[in-house]
Amino acid sequence: MTINRDFRTCPDTGFKIHLPADKLIKWNAVSGVVFLMIGGLFGIAVALTRWPAVHLLPADWFYLALTAHGLDVLLVWLIFFEVAILYFASSVLLGSRLASPKAAWAGYWLMLIGAVMTNIAVLRGDSSVMFTSYVPMKAAPDFYLGIILFAVGALLACFVFFGTLVIAKQEKTYEGSVPLVTFGATVAAVIAVFTIAAGAIILVPTLLWSVGYISHIDTLMYKVVWWGMGHSSQQINVAAHIAVWYALAAILFGAKPLSEKVSRTAFLLYILFLQLASAHHLLVEPGLSSEYKIFNTSYAIYLAVLASMIHGLTVPGSVEAAQRKKGFNKGLFEWLRKAPWGNPAFSGFALSVVMFGFLGGISGVMMGTEQLNIIIHNTIYVPGHFHATVVTGTTLAFMALAYWLVPTLWQKELVLPGLAKWQPYLFGIGMGLVSVFMMGAGTLGVPRRHWDINFADAVMGYDFPGAAHLMMGLNGMAALMGALGGAIFILNMVGTILWGKPKTKAAEEEAPAPAPEPVVATYGNAGTMAVPGTFTLAMVFLVSFVLYYFVNWKYLAGVWPLS
Amino acid sequence: MSIFPPEQRIWWKEPIERSEILWVVIALVWCLILFFMMPYWHIVGEQNLTNEAYRIKPEAFAKRTEAFAEKYKVREEGDTGIPVVRPPAGSDIYMLGRLWEWWPVLELQKDKTYRLHLSSLDWQHGFSLLPENINIQVHPDYEMVITIKPNRSGEYSVVCNEFCGIGHHTMVGKIYVVDK
Repeated sequence: MTINRDFRTCPDTGFKIHLPADKLIKWNAVSGVVFLMIGGLFGIAVALTRWPAVHLLPADWFYLALTAHGLDVLLVWLIFFEVAILYFASSVLLGSRLASPKAAWAGYWLMLIGAVMTNIAVLRGDSSVMFTSYVPMKAAPDFYLGIILFAVGALLACFVFFGTLVIAKQEKTYEGSVPLVTFGATVAAVIAVFTIAAGAIILVPTLLWSVGYISHIDTLMYKVVWWGMGHSSQQINVAAHIAVWYALAAILFGAKPLSEKVSRTAFLLYILFLQLASAHHLLVEPGLSSEYKIFNTSYAIYLAVLASMIHGLTVPGSVEAAQRKKGFNKGLFEWLRKAPWGNPAFSGFALSVVMFGFLGGISGVMMGTEQLNIIIHNTIYVPGHFHATVVTGTTLAFMALAYWLVPTLWQKELVLPGLAKWQPYLFGIGMGLVSVFMMGAGTLGVPRRHWDINFADAVMGYDFPGAAHLMMGLNGMAALMGALGGAIFILNMVGTILWGKPKTKAAEEEAPAPAPEPVVATYGNAGTMAVPGTFTLAMVFLVSFVLYYFVNWKYLAGVWPLS
Repeated sequence: MSIFPPEQRIWWKEPIERSEILWVVIALVWCLILFFMMPYWHIVGEQNLTNEAYRIKPEAFAKRTEAFAEKYKVREEGDTGIPVVRPPAGSDIYMLGRLWEWWPVLELQKDKTYRLHLSSLDWQHGFSLLPENINIQVHPDYEMVITIKPNRSGEYSVVCNEFCGIGHHTMVGKIYVVDK
């Protein structure tokens, strides 16, 4: 057993917090936020360049900024914050000491050095190869080396997480099964190990090729394996942010999963099937059979989509059940109307659930359909989709968590509570509109990663319809709105950590609301409909999904016959 | 609560809430429909991507494309010097991608079928046919053969939509579809 002086008791929550874990969570989360800021600034430059009337950057800087934007936010920000979540979900939630803080620090420094190294390579200007770095386009060796170091650091963090689970079990710091949130984090960590393995298999040879030890890398093989990392790493985000959703429902409402069995099985489906999704990026590629494409792109039979649809019901369902338990029982939606919409931890969480499902989920399934991919592949529809999943889904969920986590861990009060109320709406709606406008422009064929859709320097050009230019302009404005929200978030977090007033009162609103009653025992009998409001919302989602999906088949049926 | 261990140690025997079961069944049915739409479209749909592809050396592909262009060239595109090639209906036609052009310009007949061969001589490129919005990835060393049937006459552009370096945004080609 460890000594008690290595622990402190959180005055808000009563959690026993292992001091080395406390420090690691803080450093990883803060590093993530710093890279969110850097990547966000590059993102603003990209959006303003793609706004035809502004066209901010020259071409070389645009491609440089786009490469840096992708790396810093899609990879560095999310993984740093996810490491913080892993340590929180293991050490704090289980009340256990963290396995080998030394290894965890080694992981942290590897990640930081790797991230800085890759950023330097990109900023030098000789590695503007985009996040995907498709061969035979070559970056400088330190570009690949930085990513590899970052990944090794992340792998160490996963092992520290697994080690902590083992220690907690051995030292009996908890009874029975791990909490659902820890279970979800475990799923994220398992997927992370797969992901990093795929990354190593392709990036190590690519590094050797860049140095000159390997003469040739097959372009198709590169993509098949690279997306084993690239797409799977998005599944780490999904598993992690769904774990965060469950955590926020518990913290804010004392919510309990409707059924542990269903939620855990849904998480398990992610491990079993999400790894297949590499084919999403290979649907219009030569040299792969339709059978391979269909099986892989559908995660077998869309079993991972099934899992996400299940969470889409059970997360808001658990909130509804908890609210109804507290007496918000009028009609279908009183539980939702009377939710704390002014608390950024809740509004960020709610917007994240809705936009991840409606914008990110539906568009993802549409474009992941073998034939439908023909009409959107590599158009700006694709970034439209993943800005919905990764920004309004994952990033917004992480921001919502930070509104609770930062004041709790640092024991300080938010410096700008008034602005914080508006922040999730500004950021969430701004970035949601970014997704919508990009998807709209993509259906008109506007290419992604493209400096000039006016083709001013081209021998031959193409006149995009006015609507395409309009939507790229609106995209720029929406990005500014989102960026303002992002800036408020960063200001609030950094300000709170540096200058926040220490908490004096026992801040009851920060504490996890006590679970009202053993909920399942009372409403969970199989005979009643306990969450009619959520079920209604789920049916609205399904109808939108079905309509949007078949509208796109109709679009496809209108283009030139191909075979 | 989701942040604490389940209250019932034997949580896997708890009953499942009714709306949850109903939703799982509905979602599963929808997933099956999503899955079977793809094979179904292979049978009844007209827009399916070919599985026909070959390995080819860039030099070999360039040679074949040049021979094809020379044989069927009808004029040049404006003052660009790029040949406009009008192959017979039903034949094998070629377009190559290279830094930074799609070459040559094609002139096809409406409602006729052609076997379009695509490959790249250097990096990866994205064949994006506008305003149809048909998008196909083009790799070096791989030759993809797609049977196409243009069903509307007009002037089409081929924009590159895979990032291919600093001149990427200038890479545009052309396909004319004529009635006769």
